[in-house]
Amino acid sequence: MNVNYLYSLLAVVVLGLVAYVGAGAAGLQGVFGIFLPYLAVVIFVAGFVYRVMDWAKSPVPFRIPTTSGQQQSLDWIKQNKLDNPSTLLGVLGRMFLEIVTFRSLFKNSRVELVGDRISYKWVVWLWLFAILFHYSFLAVVVRHLRFFLEPVPFFVQAIEQIDGILQVGLPGVFISGVTLLAGAVLLLLRRILLPKLNYISKAADYFPLLLIIGIALTGIMMRYFTKVDVVKVKELTMGLTTFHLGIPEGGLSALFYVHLFFVCILIVYIPFSKLMHMAGVFLSPTRNLANNSRMKRHINPWNPKVKFHTYDEYEDDFREKMIEAGLPVEKE
Amino acid sequence: MVDILKPEEMFNSIDYTVPSDRWEDVPPDFSEGTFCYPTKKKNQDYLGIPSKEEWSPADEDWKLPDNWEEIIHEGFKERLGKYRSLKVFMDICVRCGACADKCHYFIGTGDPKNMPVLRAELLRSVYRKDFTTAGKILGSIAGARKITPLVIKEWFSYFYQCSECRRCSVYCPYGIDTAEITMMARELLSLLGLNINWILEPAANCFRTGNHLGIQPHAFKEMIEFFCDDIEEITGLKLNPSFNRKGAEILFITPSGDAFADPGTYTMMGYLMLFEHIGLDYTLSTYASEGGNFGLFTSSEMMKRLNGKMYAEAKRLGVKWILGGECGHMWRVINQYMETMNGPADFMEIPKNPITGTVFKNAASTKMVHIAEFTADLIKHNKLKLDPSRNDKFKVTFHDSCNPSRGMGLLDEPRYVLNKVCNNFYEMPENTIREQTFCCGSGAGLNTEEIMDLRMRGGLPRANAVKHVHEKYGVNLLSCICAIDRAALPPLMDYWVPEVGVTGIHELVGNALVMEGEIERTTDLRFEPLNEEEE
Ligand code: HEM
Ligand code: SF4
Ligand code: SF4
Repeated sequence: MNVNYLYSLLAVVVLGLVAYVGAGAAGLQGVFGIFLPYLAVVIFVAGFVYRVMDWAKSPVPFRIPTTSGQQQSLDWIKQNKLDNPSTLLGVLGRMFLEIVTFRSLFKNSRVELVGDRISYKWVVWLWLFAILFHYSFLAVVVRHLRFFLEPVPFFVQAIEQIDGILQVGLPGVFISGVTLLAGAVLLLLRRILLPKLNYISKAADYFPLLLIIGIALTGIMMRYFTKVDVVKVKELTMGLTTFHLGIPEGGLSALFYVHLFFVCILIVYIPFSKLMHMAGVFLSPTRNLANNSRMKRHINPWNPKVKFHTYDEYEDDFREKMIEAGLPVEKE
Repeated sequence: MVDILKPEEMFNSIDYTVPSDRWEDVPPDFSEGTFCYPTKKKNQDYLGIPSKEEWSPADEDWKLPDNWEEIIHEGFKERLGKYRSLKVFMDICVRCGACADKCHYFIGTGDPKNMPVLRAELLRSVYRKDFTTAGKILGSIAGARKITPLVIKEWFSYFYQCSECRRCSVYCPYGIDTAEITMMARELLSLLGLNINWILEPAANCFRTGNHLGIQPHAFKEMIEFFCDDIEEITGLKLNPSFNRKGAEILFITPSGDAFADPGTYTMMGYLMLFEHIGLDYTLSTYASEGGNFGLFTSSEMMKRLNGKMYAEAKRLGVKWILGGECGHMWRVINQYMETMNGPADFMEIPKNPITGTVFKNAASTKMVHIAEFTADLIKHNKLKLDPSRNDKFKVTFHDSCNPSRGMGLLDEPRYVLNKVCNNFYEMPENTIREQTFCCGSGAGLNTEEIMDLRMRGGLPRANAVKHVHEKYGVNLLSCICAIDRAALPPLMDYWVPEVGVTGIHELVGNALVMEGEIERTTDLRFEPLNEEEE
């Protein structure tokens, strides 16, 4: 069995300890609270932009959408405008659904051999876990904007309202925190326990999940158990956004710095890893192009000049035989 | 050729348990019967691509050129710069595994490297090492791997176990298309002179004679005339198709397989009868006598070189537009590549069906129409007199070929035609047709004898679905719109579902067509009695 996840687990634990000891015992709150977050944001933004620009630099020579439905052809044949779009509008619809509902993932099935038959069972789990995970992540990120914006925008408050709808516990439980943790754990378990998935997984696949689990766990600990001083946190984070640098008086708990350090690592990790799928999905030529290459001319910027066998060369080769067979020729 | 297992043994040999060794440590298998034969050097020389002295994949030392590492690195870099698809697909796979069991080769072999995700990792691991920061620093922790001759061998093995069918890409949340990755890998292998004969020989033939089978002009004409004799015997009508005729309204191009081997030949007869029946002003060309394009399986440049003849011939003959026959990968090329590569086709007119007046707006730029679109339009306008009962001995199902499905979306046109020309039509299960269709197991140049084991395994998901409708509805005929299918499905059916035959849809059209002045038909196009009872 592939135990790559142990490396990743070790890495996450070590990183956690670094922050715990560094900002706690060693008292390097300035480093972990100010310097590293700035560094991380710079690397993230520069790395992210670089990666996207780098993709954009390579042209799309051919229109290669994966067509997943009926093409536009005769007027009386109903086109599947979403799965086989021929217009920009269709493409936008397809992309929108892909990104908001993970539509392709929803089609997932599992192969089984039953007697002398191959059966294909629809399986929803990957889709469900992924949706749970991503939407929770989104909600958590949006909620965190509260720490960086003053006054807190209405949509952040709205998300908080919805997220806290259960109205249990004190402070009230945010569903997204729990579901983020659950989603990440479920995705991780899938990766560890399903043999095929385990076989293809790299340390690089476990690492972000474990890191996010770490982020969620430390976050939950702070909110519900060690009850971090939120006012001080906001003082620190507002200081970061408004460049009034400084560690709040009395400092913050080591646990907080672990949480913050994990987040820094995560955003630094994004541009260098598969987490770039969040941008790449928009640039995927099999999804973001219309299937209209028979209707419209498209240009390949590097279209090579090639030598092909011309008719004249062909006729030179076969003229005698062609004449004999009564085929018309250009030169008798 | 090596003997292959009996069907039942093969089915029972499929095992999805993963090996205990990491995939990086499992070497590729090159025992006889597992690999395609390498090309003969003369084909490479003829096409002017990097060539290699006689060798065998079973050799320990492949005697790669001295600077092979540099060739691969530079070739990879060039392609990353040319194709956004490659770059993005290298970077964003999250290894979620959604594609894993969508590949027919994985389903039939259980070999984890036939999971699209791992197939792509074979290339991606090298990409990480050579082109990414994380891979350069972290090495194997980041999934990076140094290229070695063994990796090249692995590429050769597994990128010739992918039929570029794109099924995996339907299910991937980002549309990662392993077919695209396979194409790139095959191009890289070709830079080292590593090609397979089953692809390069047809490509070389096509270059010279105009078709994959190397049929010379006079022989091509004779073959067609031979079909006309058969048609005369069956219908009493004498057909006179023209060749290389200037001033014809339409140029008709179909895969040369239809002129050469059963059951494609019966489909060819169907086309000829249809055109005669509607009085179409068309011509065939001996120069552009190939619809298919084995260049697609070699490199984009080769694809362009072979495809160039279609427009060149259309221009020389001065036709108004081109009509294309039933073929799979041919239509991927025409739909997604042709006009971009070899256009503009501004010397032709927007295709218009001279019989019905329908303008094919969807082909406004390429000026090329699919025969299923054309025939569907004719039938819709009641221009064909059809007697579907002539196909009553058949219970028909339809195999969507990969390329027209996932690289075009030609799904309902052939179904419409089928439903008009036969009375008994049954669909296979939903997850095996339309965009979810399964490959015949022999696509993208893998239709070669020496890998029969792989072909039967890869074709199993398709065959299994046929078996389902065979047992449930008594289906006895598998129709398709692809010349490779017509060559690959008969042995596949013989192996897994021997009671089922294979046909192109225009063979069934030919059977059903009631032509003006024809004699009473007693046989179908195969000279078999129209109804079984009449035997
Ligand atoms: C827009 C379409 C997106 C799709 C279809 C998508 C899909 C997926 C899938 C299938 C996984 C793999 C789960 C697994 O098996 O491990 C994943 C993981 C992940 N995604 Fe996304 N994602 C999208 C956007 C985003 C965005 C916008 C973010 C930004 C936060 C994001 C962050 C992550 C993270 C952090 C992981 C977990 C890391 C991992 O599994 O390695 N994704 N995504
Ligand atoms: S479905 Fe796509 S993202 Fe998931 S493993 Fe396959 S190629 Fe990678
Ligand atoms: S393109 Fe087809 S053959 Fe190739 S990996 Fe994907 S599913 Fe398999």
